[in-house]
Amino acid sequence: MRLFLFRRLLLAILVCLTVLVISFTLTRLSGDLAASIAGPNATASDIAIITRNYGLDRPLPVQFFDWAGHAATGDLGRSFLYHSPVRELIGARLPVTLTLGLTGLAIALAVSLPLGILAAAREGTAIDRAIMLVALVGQAMPSFWLGLVMIIGLGLDLQWFPISGVDTWQGYIMPGIVLAFSAIPALMRLTRSGMIEALAADYIRTARAKGLSRTKIVFKHALRNAAMPVVSIAAVQLGFILGGSVVIEAVFALPGIGYLAWESITKNDFPVVQAVVLFLAVIYIALTLLADMMNALLDPRLRG
Amino acid sequence: MFVSTAARTGWRLPPVRHLATLLGALIVGVAVVVALLAPYVVPHDPFLQDLNQRLIPPMWMDGSQPEHLLGTDQLGRDYLSRLIYGTRISMLIGVMTVVMSGLIGITLGILGGFYGGRMDDLVMFLITCRLAIPLILVALTVVALVGSSLTVVSLTLGLLLWDRFAVVARTTTMQVRTLDYIAAAKAAGASRLHILLREVLPNIVVHLIVVATLEMALAILLEAALSFLGLGVPPPLPSWGLMIAEAKDYMFFSPWVIMIPGIALFVLVMGINLLGDGLRDLLGADLKR
Repeated sequence: MRLFLFRRLLLAILVCLTVLVISFTLTRLSGDLAASIAGPNATASDIAIITRNYGLDRPLPVQFFDWAGHAATGDLGRSFLYHSPVRELIGARLPVTLTLGLTGLAIALAVSLPLGILAAAREGTAIDRAIMLVALVGQAMPSFWLGLVMIIGLGLDLQWFPISGVDTWQGYIMPGIVLAFSAIPALMRLTRSGMIEALAADYIRTARAKGLSRTKIVFKHALRNAAMPVVSIAAVQLGFILGGSVVIEAVFALPGIGYLAWESITKNDFPVVQAVVLFLAVIYIALTLLADMMNALLDPRLRG
Repeated sequence: MFVSTAARTGWRLPPVRHLATLLGALIVGVAVVVALLAPYVVPHDPFLQDLNQRLIPPMWMDGSQPEHLLGTDQLGRDYLSRLIYGTRISMLIGVMTVVMSGLIGITLGILGGFYGGRMDDLVMFLITCRLAIPLILVALTVVALVGSSLTVVSLTLGLLLWDRFAVVARTTTMQVRTLDYIAAAKAAGASRLHILLREVLPNIVVHLIVVATLEMALAILLEAALSFLGLGVPPPLPSWGLMIAEAKDYMFFSPWVIMIPGIALFVLVMGINLLGDGLRDLLGADLKR
């Protein structure tokens, strides 16, 4: 168990370091970061000022270790546009993105768990097919477009929900549903296949031979075993949801991290972009580590 | 997806399944033909603006005009013609991305799965790193810094979407690596490269085709999202995502301006996924996860 966790932790740290290098390299892709920050209408002296202020005239390795050293202590640099520390910018917007992500995940689980279980219990029937069709539809749905359609239909025509912003909790409902759509297919398929596998196991046959009711078999015996992979995938899906919320936050004008990143990209505020990429990657790594740990706790076979 | 177990219950509805595959094949087939023949089938020039003919509604609505079957956009450009050219962009992005990501992912997956040990550790590490990177954000940044064009978008997506190829190629290679014909090829003195390309690859290619359809669908959706956010294919190219973005300001008064490209996007992606699902069943590429 301890060895397993130690190896996972080591891997997570290695991945973090790699992501650090990637997010640093990413913003240097144009060749001249100062020119990219300054934008197309900048004069040579503007570029020179930016170069000096950000220390972009230093050799790349020096810049990297300076940035990485600060990032490791939680100092993610300063925004060029807002003239404030990036850490504060992210901190102020994190609650919105987290609430949105958790709302999306909750909706996704509330839809995919019951439907996945039902599909498995009625495997091969028309019900199963209809439910799998839902997964296919979810997979093919362009999320930004679904958001716009919901804004027109539910926001404007029916006036059920506000069409943008998060002044009230209702503001999270529509973007939450849209975000959930992207996680539902994977979660539903996994629940279904896990349940089918569990229902085919020997202990289910024993339970059936004992004369237990179908409901009891499905919910008490099979679900417990099928739920495990779903729990760990749910953590990973939350990581994907947070990373993908940039599109949804842009559609619904939600002041979250994704919106901050998009705004920073379109306004050439690349120190912020670099920091957000790193931040989201670290969150994802932490979530997968958490999933691994939960799995190890739930399944003694993995502790090896 | 679950052929063996579904067959056991004896409650299968094969016609529905085949119908779905056929529908998928039909959609993809039409998209390919339309994409290839775009310049010959468009009723109008998709780039020609006519400010006197702005936002003409499509044929099923009042005030439509027979020469613009799907109406015109906010700049008076024929919507059907733009939609047809948009098919070309989506298919091009999908194919280019899959070729690129397939090359990267399959190479890594086969190497990791065949050699195992350190090599496999490295491949798994690369996959983990790739998954940790926020996909859309990184793609947006690359396009913003390098410049938006069709090539940049598909190269960027290709460099990012190889993870599933690698995972599937690795798993399936591990399964065939121990089989007799590999040992036979080794005994016959075949080179490593020969074994990997001639013995391993053909035996896992069925699974990779299914991945290719999934990734193609994903690439098309991502290109639309990037273009929608203004950092994908540049205007005036009629990418479906860009069409939605440009028409967004008019959607409250004439919702069809976003409905038409959105539905096209949905139908094409759905068609590719249906075809992929069907191929998985037909080719018996049911991979236990």
